[in-house]
Amino acid sequence: MAGEKTVETTGFLGWIDRRFPLTTMFKEHMSEYYAPKNFNFWYFFGSLAMLVLVIQIVTGIFLVMNYKPDAKLAFESVEYIMREVPWGWLIRYMHSTGASMFFVVVYLHMLRGLFYGSYRKPRELVWIFGVAIFLCLMAEAFFGYLLPWGQMSYWGAQVIVNLFSAIPFIGPELAIWIRGDYVVSDATLNRFFAFHVIAIPLVLIGLVVAHIIALHEVGSNNPDGVEIKQGPKDRNGHPVDGIPFHPYYSVHDIVGVAGFLMVFAAIIFFGPEMGGYFLEYNNFIPADPLKTPPHIAPVWYFTPFYSMLRATTADFTWVLVAGAVVAAIALFLKGNLKGIWRIAVPVILLIVAVLLRIIDAKFWGVVAMGGAVVILFFLPWLDHSPVKSIRYRPTWHKYLYAIFIINFLVLGYLGTQAPNPTFNLMSQIGTVIYLSFFFVMPVWSRLGTFKQVPDRITFHAH
Amino acid sequence: MIKKLLGTIALSVLCAASYAAGGGYKLDQAPDRMNDMAALQNGAKLFVNYCLGCHSANAMRYNKLTEIGLTDEQIKKNLLFTGEKVGDLMHIAMTPEDAKKWFGAAPPDLSVIARAKSTTMGPSGVDYVYTFLRTFYRDTSKATGWNNLVFPSVGMPNVLWQLQGPRILDHVTIHGEAQADGGTKWQRVTAKYDAQGYSEIKTEVLQNYTGSPVDKAILSSPDGNSASVFDHQVADLANFLGWMAEPMQLQRKTMGVWVLLFLALFFVVAWRLNAAYWKHVK
Repeated sequence: MAGEKTVETTGFLGWIDRRFPLTTMFKEHMSEYYAPKNFNFWYFFGSLAMLVLVIQIVTGIFLVMNYKPDAKLAFESVEYIMREVPWGWLIRYMHSTGASMFFVVVYLHMLRGLFYGSYRKPRELVWIFGVAIFLCLMAEAFFGYLLPWGQMSYWGAQVIVNLFSAIPFIGPELAIWIRGDYVVSDATLNRFFAFHVIAIPLVLIGLVVAHIIALHEVGSNNPDGVEIKQGPKDRNGHPVDGIPFHPYYSVHDIVGVAGFLMVFAAIIFFGPEMGGYFLEYNNFIPADPLKTPPHIAPVWYFTPFYSMLRATTADFTWVLVAGAVVAAIALFLKGNLKGIWRIAVPVILLIVAVLLRIIDAKFWGVVAMGGAVVILFFLPWLDHSPVKSIRYRPTWHKYLYAIFIINFLVLGYLGTQAPNPTFNLMSQIGTVIYLSFFFVMPVWSRLGTFKQVPDRITFHAH
Repeated sequence: MIKKLLGTIALSVLCAASYAAGGGYKLDQAPDRMNDMAALQNGAKLFVNYCLGCHSANAMRYNKLTEIGLTDEQIKKNLLFTGEKVGDLMHIAMTPEDAKKWFGAAPPDLSVIARAKSTTMGPSGVDYVYTFLRTFYRDTSKATGWNNLVFPSVGMPNVLWQLQGPRILDHVTIHGEAQADGGTKWQRVTAKYDAQGYSEIKTEVLQNYTGSPVDKAILSSPDGNSASVFDHQVADLANFLGWMAEPMQLQRKTMGVWVLLFLALFFVVAWRLNAAYWKHVK
């Protein structure tokens, strides 16, 4: 027929395919997307993150139908959902548990990337989109946490928005601009609601699409860090070490989904508060702007970063000064920066070292906390190891990773606790470990005896 | 003058609240009667009779009590006194403004108090309520004439005193204060409160004390009556508050068993399906 494309499919599907590349897209992203055969359980967490995203969006839609973004009504409307809306309690617990589980799977997903070097060339953009997703997720969780309008919602938001007032010159006005008021109030609740249900989810979904398109463009990494595209090909030109995502990994991921749902359901039905970590008990007290709780702690997934914020005291900035000066000298003498950068970067570091002692430590706490996330963007260029996967790195690299993970967990624990001198010292040490893991990575990642990387992936038939 | 006084009371309540939140008095473990309908019904009766005068439960409807086995008729006859309808929420007539004037702080809404008073990885809010309601003692130095071990200087009087009967308190605390020279100055405070609330307080400085802080309180009846009947009643009330904080918790747990069984089955199917697909992959 004139003007119509010729396609392989017939019937209704053919009619569609002549107008929309449905079959082509399905092939490209599912049935003819070749993924390495040797994925292990770490590779469940990507699809699980997608699952949780869908759970959050769907349950979120139903919550919005009954929630009232109004400082006078918000707290009671949540209890209304819990008691009067049919199945409201289940929807609400799915959403509150989903928020925490989102961070669980995303942290594990990121750790997988760290282990197997999934951020290395040519997957830099996959990683960068991923870190952007993580940032969005943090914003989404932060905005959403204000909505139940309990004491922790209120004072948590108060503390975090106040951080912006630490920025020199524009800080105080900026904080008022964000809140829309001099304190967190109804105006703040309404705008946070708008961000939580429209703005951030929109960006989040866009970034997830970009993350997957970028991934499918370059192909998945695998536990060996070997490129299957460089290995042998079959007569259709598909990599022998790869396997079509659908049906092989779709059925595989369903096993992960089943396992995940069991954990998810166990929490929802038997311990939705998770001992006070997923739903903080203080948040069952309605927000009271006149009553500051004695101990304000963010939800667990923010606490490692919160620890770094609290660790940055005036004394601690001396440690950061020392770090900046050492880095400046090392870069000038040994760094392989080109041209003007050879001078510029050390000079900038020295200026930072001076500013560290001039500007209030609170500001540097904010910088440390933000920097701890932003540094992840640069990971592809910080890692100079000749191999991608942890499997072929020197054994002591594995210990470094172990220290990094334990340190992150300890920082997380410390962030939930009321400050005391011992804990403050521990979080300062923890902050130094976290930051130096990344900042010294260009040096340590190339040291040691690396193991021989195989030409092909190691795969044992099931 | 009155404003100042009220301000002081409010402030001391605040400080006390923060003290209570910071650990303070060790809570007793309440008996678990969450599945005992008779106990929950008794708790509901106590709640409506003794608490609902001053505290609201704005998220709670009277006819929600049908879920613990009461009928609409029983609710109407036994629990509604001032013309409420059985489908009404448990509001109170007292405004927060008046409450603040009269008590120094508005009595909190009790809908979710048992959840609010739980401690992260610690005692539950039911334990808190159970201990709090059993540790009132007379104290003439307080405006209400009452004081409390869990919530010192609380604005609430002991509304259950007729059920409890008179109590005398023997309270021994040993606490240390950090000194400028780095040492610690330990003090033992022995307080006796009689049934009328008159106190005898002795403070002594302990030299070379090496133990840890002590907070030991014994509430006893001057006429030797046992506390067990009263404890039993308070346990019912505390369990009711625990139930009211999340009325769907019983069905949630029952349902959870079935959901997990289904998911376990689903897991087996998914696992075998996956194995069937991957069997021939070399």
